[in-house]
Amino acid sequence: MSADLTELYQQVILDHNKRPRNRGKLPTANRVAHGDNPTCGDQCSVYLRLETVLGQPDRIAEISFDGSGCAISQASASLMTTQVKGKTAPEVQALYKSFHEIVTTGNAPEEISDLAAFAGVHAFPARIKCATLGWHAAIEALKSDPLVTPTTTETHHD
Amino acid sequence: MLDLTKIRADFPILHQQVHGKPLVYLDNAATTQKPRAVIDALVRYYERDNSNVHRGLHALSMRATDAYEGARARVAKFINAADPAEVIFTRGTTESINVVAHSYAARLKPGDVILTTEIEHHSNMVPWQQAAKASGATIRYVPFLGANVEDGLDLAQLDALLTPEVKVFAFTHISNTTGTINPATAFCAKARARGIVTVIDAAQSIGHETIDVQAIGCDFLAFSGHKMCAPTGIGALYGRRALLDTLAPDETGGGMVVTVDYTGARWKPAPERFEAGTPNIADAIGLGAACDYLDTIGRPAIAHHDAALAQLAREKLSVLPGIRILGPRNGEPRGGLVSFAFADIHAHDIVTFADEDGVALRGGHHCNQPLMRKLGLTSTTRASFYLYNTEQEVDALVASMRRTLKFFGVT
Repeated sequence: MSADLTELYQQVILDHNKRPRNRGKLPTANRVAHGDNPTCGDQCSVYLRLETVLGQPDRIAEISFDGSGCAISQASASLMTTQVKGKTAPEVQALYKSFHEIVTTGNAPEEISDLAAFAGVHAFPARIKCATLGWHAAIEALKSDPLVTPTTTETHHD
Repeated sequence: MLDLTKIRADFPILHQQVHGKPLVYLDNAATTQKPRAVIDALVRYYERDNSNVHRGLHALSMRATDAYEGARARVAKFINAADPAEVIFTRGTTESINVVAHSYAARLKPGDVILTTEIEHHSNMVPWQQAAKASGATIRYVPFLGANVEDGLDLAQLDALLTPEVKVFAFTHISNTTGTINPATAFCAKARARGIVTVIDAAQSIGHETIDVQAIGCDFLAFSGHKMCAPTGIGALYGRRALLDTLAPDETGGGMVVTVDYTGARWKPAPERFEAGTPNIADAIGLGAACDYLDTIGRPAIAHHDAALAQLAREKLSVLPGIRILGPRNGEPRGGLVSFAFADIHAHDIVTFADEDGVALRGGHHCNQPLMRKLGLTSTTRASFYLYNTEQEVDALVASMRRTLKFFGVT
């Protein structure tokens, strides 16, 4: 197996694909968004509960995802849920910016640990959209109006 | 039997390595590779004859016009159309179907029915959905049979669905997703007996088998050149002459009018009526060259070869653990492709691994989302064969699948 492929299918990715974290609908969710990758049919819904504490910015108290797709998209969504919990919308945006940098250039900032597993994606440009699907859905969910029924949003073309 | 050594030498692109492995190109249902004869026809045209067609009185324009109209006559002969004027050059299958669907959108009315099938490519489904919406007509679908479409379309249902309200019956000749071959001649006979116009999506059959529009008895037949060794961006719509001249043009402008004044215009007859603007001259000539190439090899032999490779692949793949194969069963007639899914591995992962082995496959919904949904699948992996593929390449496909299964721990 080539080095590129080993780099792409890292153990941490295979692990999250096989045993996804925070998978399923979240009954207490007050935000939801749905992401589609129209080229391959991958789907990802992200459910989250934004907690409002007076005088403080809203934070993600709980988060989950469901959907179907390739190992990269499923593992990325799973890992994303573990990374954004407890964060505010601007913090999630900042983290996504780093993640996007990782999957498009292969360079991970020093402070980033688990997400660096996705550095191998940069050698497979066709798979970048797989890796970012869950993130796009999470960001859409953060932007969405509270307590809405699931909406479909096209993923961005990176 | 095809002389594979000779045929493979005709296709320059095949002789390369991908990721350090010999290219095994099994994505022919998406697009086929181009033989030297077609590439040379393009180069010759641009180096010697390039000029705008029709209306030109100089030598190059006359040469270009002769070559362009010669290509039309060649395509007409390729599908045994009664008259070259029955061949309209388009960008491909999608545009061809849209030309017919737009025209019928203007003439259908509420209560009319457009009949199509559940196994259509989006290109033969969405234009008809739009035509139904625009006209108030209803769209109905012939259902498929079997959990994996192994029994093709429900022919008993087809008879029940061919009611007097049906004005158009649009169906695929060979499914790009399942390899199902529809009995086009029988379908057209049923429709004709009821006065229903037939539209065939021949994208997956045109490059593989002999197509005789008069024997099939269809009213319209749509296909793409790039799926039959010709360049991208060129295809054709065949239409029975009597019907073509009743269709409104989809696009208007120069080249398709007899007279114009400040209040309006009168259309030329087919084919010019449907070819507004400067046509894709070079690629039409390339399409003509592709017809020559395929007929030199012989389409019955190509059809036999492609189907035999698909059969072989189906048989060899069917023993892999957890595989689900769509379309006809082992040993039953199928088009030159096989599409399959594994319960725990997504098609995109499979295609990525295969690519590392130099094997080019396609993974996804194959422009057939409603079918995928009904089958409970999000995607499949598809291997599709053509005249230059070999049995060794089928083995390379199966070996690559085994390697991928092993990596993902499927045994």
